[in-house]
Amino acid sequence: MDIIVLIKQVPNTTAVKLDPKTGNLIREGIASIINPDDRHAIETAVQLKETHGAKITVVTMGPLQAIDALSEAMGMGADKAVLLSDRAFAGADTWATSYTLGRAAQTIGAYDLVLAGRQAIDGDTAQVGPQVAEFLGIPQVTCVAAIEALAADHLVVRRNVADGYERIRCRLPALLTVVSAINTPRYPEMKGLLLACREKAPIEIWNAADIGVTTADIGLQGSLTHVIKTFAPKTERQAEMLTGDTPTVAGELVQRLHSQKLV
Amino acid sequence: MTVWVEIDLCDGCRRCLQACPYDALELKDDKATIGDRCTYCGACIAVCRNNAIQTDAKPRQVPDFSDHQGIWVFAEQHDGQVHRVSMELLGKARELSQTLNQEVAALLLGHRVADQAATLFEHGADKIYLADHEALGAYRTLAYASVMAELVHTYRPNILLMGATVNGRDLAPRVSRRVGAGLTADCTALSIDPDEGILLQTRPAFGGNVMATIANRYSRPQMATVRPGVMEVCPSSGRQGTLVTHRPLLDEAQIGTELLERIKQAKTACSLPEAKTIVSIGRGIGDVSGLDVLRPLAKALGAEIAGTRVAVEQGWIPPENQIGQTGLTVRPDLYIACGISGAIQHRAGMMDARFIVAINKDPRAPIFQVADWGIVGDLYDVVPEVTRQLLEMQSSRGLTCAPEGT
Repeated sequence: MDIIVLIKQVPNTTAVKLDPKTGNLIREGIASIINPDDRHAIETAVQLKETHGAKITVVTMGPLQAIDALSEAMGMGADKAVLLSDRAFAGADTWATSYTLGRAAQTIGAYDLVLAGRQAIDGDTAQVGPQVAEFLGIPQVTCVAAIEALAADHLVVRRNVADGYERIRCRLPALLTVVSAINTPRYPEMKGLLLACREKAPIEIWNAADIGVTTADIGLQGSLTHVIKTFAPKTERQAEMLTGDTPTVAGELVQRLHSQKLV
Repeated sequence: MTVWVEIDLCDGCRRCLQACPYDALELKDDKATIGDRCTYCGACIAVCRNNAIQTDAKPRQVPDFSDHQGIWVFAEQHDGQVHRVSMELLGKARELSQTLNQEVAALLLGHRVADQAATLFEHGADKIYLADHEALGAYRTLAYASVMAELVHTYRPNILLMGATVNGRDLAPRVSRRVGAGLTADCTALSIDPDEGILLQTRPAFGGNVMATIANRYSRPQMATVRPGVMEVCPSSGRQGTLVTHRPLLDEAQIGTELLERIKQAKTACSLPEAKTIVSIGRGIGDVSGLDVLRPLAKALGAEIAGTRVAVEQGWIPPENQIGQTGLTVRPDLYIACGISGAIQHRAGMMDARFIVAINKDPRAPIFQVADWGIVGDLYDVVPEVTRQLLEMQSSRGLTCAPEGT
């Protein structure tokens, strides 16, 4: 079977801050990583390869440094990688990104299954997976926590929902977005990493012309949503610190809660 | 399309460097140069006093969308009951409709769900589009997306809001792609821009470290998923409206998925989104015995117990009680954070509580910045004392535990 895995290289967002003077993101010193949910997607593909046999192509859209993410994916067991890199792709919202990734999938050609992580930790939208599925005209299941069965023309998955889970039978080809509960991603193996770094490594870099798109449909020009401004989240509360020994602070707190009719 | 600097016109004032949100400009030999990170957003062009930065891009035309009217809310339902987030969105839609002077409509999809219409009218819908069909009994992506797209094409709404629930975030992007509309995810604030009359959608990004305000100028409907627990419910009893029945065209062959089973996972009877008081625990508890100290407090307050991701990872609380960016967002009247440092991912889930109390040993814990009242101390000393004094106060008022409705 042929599997395409869509991944994204993201800054490690637990460390991202805004520069208070310019309001812009401070990018220095922030490590770039494979988006955590996408690592689970790669692992899902590699496990399917081990149990059922598959060829895995990993695809990402990003600047040239995103090659590192692809190398890591190959170290985990992907067979081929495609980096979609072109200045014209920059500034894309999820609409333009899903168009670009969708065109890449169509250019790659045959696929039985498209996998992606549920959401990226920088954009936090969880939109690209379903938008790619709609573009490709294939069914989707999101929040997949397990693949229970796989056949030539369908699979059965477990989908996490708010109060439990659903078992869903889905026709192939299909797109699944996976959540972290699905597996524990392996570390890339040295052998795979070395293969990814060779001169003739199966990593290709494609630009807009390679996937047959025009600049009007991609990047900032092709986006349907635009960021008007970014700002640091504000908090308006000023903590009133209660001081004194334990019975005193407890008493002050109870009194304040009572005066606000909370108790 | 490209952007470039006319070197002769550039005086090295650096305004463009400061304006660029992508860090794409730098000064070389006292002249601005544009690097690889440029996305042609035009921020530099706008600030250059000498018109030294130029582009061959044509400004994008904003189409005339006056034929798109109405603020729509997807009324998500499970097992025939409308989800609370749908009421929250109707409340917000009513508020937006005051400014836009357009009607509010709810989309009710399901099987045998017509009895939910009354509550949707009461919570703010002027109109309900009802699609009742056996194939819509349980949520399935393509069945719901196809009906939503039919409704959008037929009735042309201006705005379409959906709850950012598991199903909402599965459905909204599918619909957006199908109808060709921009979609913003997980909004925490919505307003109408006074100049352009368009929806301004504010949402957290980068794990909550950054807030972004986003607009959709070039497509309709303006779509957004909205974080549950943020907007306010505004019921108005006895309110009525118009019901429009829609007969969907559904083809099983095109739906592609089948729900085999739904398994509810046994969990403690807990309704955090509705809870008026929440007692929450974090790493500072140290070990599970901390719950022995917190349960009496929760009982005295009539509160639900919740916690941070750390508390879940340690096994102190079940995963569905996690508050935060990857857990629940809650808006209780009172939130008591015990042994919680207040990392931004957690704050994202409780910042809008009416009142917040923080108890932590570390005076520099960020939680104190979002608290109304803070106590620097050991929760193992403070909490039992607070519980004791609470119970004393309650018994002196003739109550043995928190009154009904607290």
